[in-house]
Amino acid sequence: MTGAVETALRARIDAGGKCLVPYITGGLGDDWLDTVRAVAAAGADVIEIGMPFSDPVMDGPTIQEANDRALEAGVTPQTILDDLRHADIGVPTAVMTYGNIAYHMGFERFANSLAAAGVSGCILPDVPLEEVGEWASAADEAGVETVMLAAPTAPDERLPLIVERARGFVYGVGLLGITGVRSALAASAVEIAGRLKGVTDKPVLVGVGVGTPEQAVEVSQVSDGVVVGSAVVQRMLDHAGPEGVAALVGEFRAALDEA
Amino acid sequence: MTMAEPTESGRFGDFGGMYVPETLVPACQELDRAFRDAWGDPAFRNELDHLLRTYAGRPSPLTECHRLGEELGCRILFKREDLNHTGSHKINSVLGQALLAKRMGKTRIVAETGAGQHGVASATAAALFGMECVVYMGTVDIERQKLNVFRMQLLGAEVRAAETGSQTLKDAVNEAMRYWVSAVEDTHYCLGSVMGPHPYPWMVREFHRVIGDESREQCAELLDGGVPDYVVACVGGGSNAAGIFAGFADTDAQLIGAEPAGGAAVGRAVPGIVHGSKSYLMQDEWGQVLEAESISAGLDYPGIGPEHAHLAASGRARYEPVTDAEVVEAFQLCSRTEGIIPALESAHALAWIAKMRDEVAGKTILVNMSGRGDKDVNQMMDVLGS
Repeated sequence: MTGAVETALRARIDAGGKCLVPYITGGLGDDWLDTVRAVAAAGADVIEIGMPFSDPVMDGPTIQEANDRALEAGVTPQTILDDLRHADIGVPTAVMTYGNIAYHMGFERFANSLAAAGVSGCILPDVPLEEVGEWASAADEAGVETVMLAAPTAPDERLPLIVERARGFVYGVGLLGITGVRSALAASAVEIAGRLKGVTDKPVLVGVGVGTPEQAVEVSQVSDGVVVGSAVVQRMLDHAGPEGVAALVGEFRAALDEA
Repeated sequence: MTMAEPTESGRFGDFGGMYVPETLVPACQELDRAFRDAWGDPAFRNELDHLLRTYAGRPSPLTECHRLGEELGCRILFKREDLNHTGSHKINSVLGQALLAKRMGKTRIVAETGAGQHGVASATAAALFGMECVVYMGTVDIERQKLNVFRMQLLGAEVRAAETGSQTLKDAVNEAMRYWVSAVEDTHYCLGSVMGPHPYPWMVREFHRVIGDESREQCAELLDGGVPDYVVACVGGGSNAAGIFAGFADTDAQLIGAEPAGGAAVGRAVPGIVHGSKSYLMQDEWGQVLEAESISAGLDYPGIGPEHAHLAASGRARYEPVTDAEVVEAFQLCSRTEGIIPALESAHALAWIAKMRDEVAGKTILVNMSGRGDKDVNQMMDVLGS
């Protein structure tokens, strides 16, 4: 069965468009749900909701700071899910957090909590293929789509195994590094998109190091779209408000639509 | 039981694994293959042995501590890792890892450090092999271990401050992992303890096994073929303990890990996933990792290596807390009675003996004197107000 994340992305792709998945740090600011809704209205196909973890080894300074601010404000996995349960967002959501948040709650309970809050997908960047089995079973059972990451370092024989296990979409890691805006798109972004497109019909989105509309357009010439994290979160940290964040997402949408 | 190889998926019982970003999985797998290959290659073993003998100063002696033993009512033997080059056991693993990194064609090593001992050892090995070296160290630790920061710089390493979170060892590990994610193609992550993703917990223990193997032989000679009643070591991540335990896991000796009370991961016994493996981990009700608090920068870590979690869960080893105050007392006692100023880390093991003197009365106790206390003298001047 195809989940809500994949369905939404396929709808965009089938219409000849490119997918846009912005990342919003859950609980960052009292108006964070307004931001999520505004970003949906600005043309996001799916929204990634960051669930803060104390030790986010895959994240750069921007998302680390957003994490810390949210945690200091008392945000927990439960407050985020409670907020989401009552939110009318209009597009599917996928939670991105780290393995211990899910493991500590219990994989089954965590998966069921996501489903109960209306969250469709989940990304655990420190739970690779070798370790994902137990979580993925619980997620499958609860109807939650487990997005898998594929990095430039993966040898060719590894990619088919990753895309086989992926639900929702395949998340191509755009560069050797952690999340954050870079001045130029890395060559590895286009390369991983091409390698993944060569082995799967599932939606292939590239994130990590995709920080401007121009970079999004460039990589989307090969990929089915992009995940944009730090650039969006930076706007939140700068107190741009829901409109300010949505305006940036609108720029990405417009650039992808015009390309 | 013995301390053998983990399972193919890098597990010791329920603990261990390879919980790293996808970018690092191929590097961990490559390291696993390279280590297996090297460890089974007599030429590699000979080269490492030669370095350990001619550069690090092995074998380290076993010292019987008569005056301290008299004071504490038991027979105490020190395994003198404090006499190694760079002042602690850390050199064993670092020479092994640097040799392996060279064999793998890596040109740079990145390391994390708490007290600075592993950072100094890493910088030393990098200098020896002509490799670049980047060391992450928490801002708080940089302040309390200034001498080691300077030593690393003298040795040609670049010391970078880990300014996030608690600004101690845990955060230095985060930063080192982030660096490795960005530089994985030409850089070896020289992890300092028996933690992290597979194969690190196993590999680092094997490089430190020499402590246990030598001790076993030295004890047999001294004890008429016997083994000590207790083998005691301090535990943060647990590398020196893993090394000495490995020599005695198949004997009747009781294995004791002394944890700082403010960083007692095993004492709390809640499993969690951080820094690449599943093990016992100090965390809050939502799984957020807590900050450890210890007088000793080297033990200021909220987790413990996965094999120790397994040794604890299976009942083969005991892990018990000692307080900072008990450690300060043991630090002074050892200095006064034996003329050996211990590292604050190693003083945890002595504090356990003092605390448990009723239990250990008349017994023979092997202590891993894992490092020397020169680096702690400044800090102790403040603590003792002299």
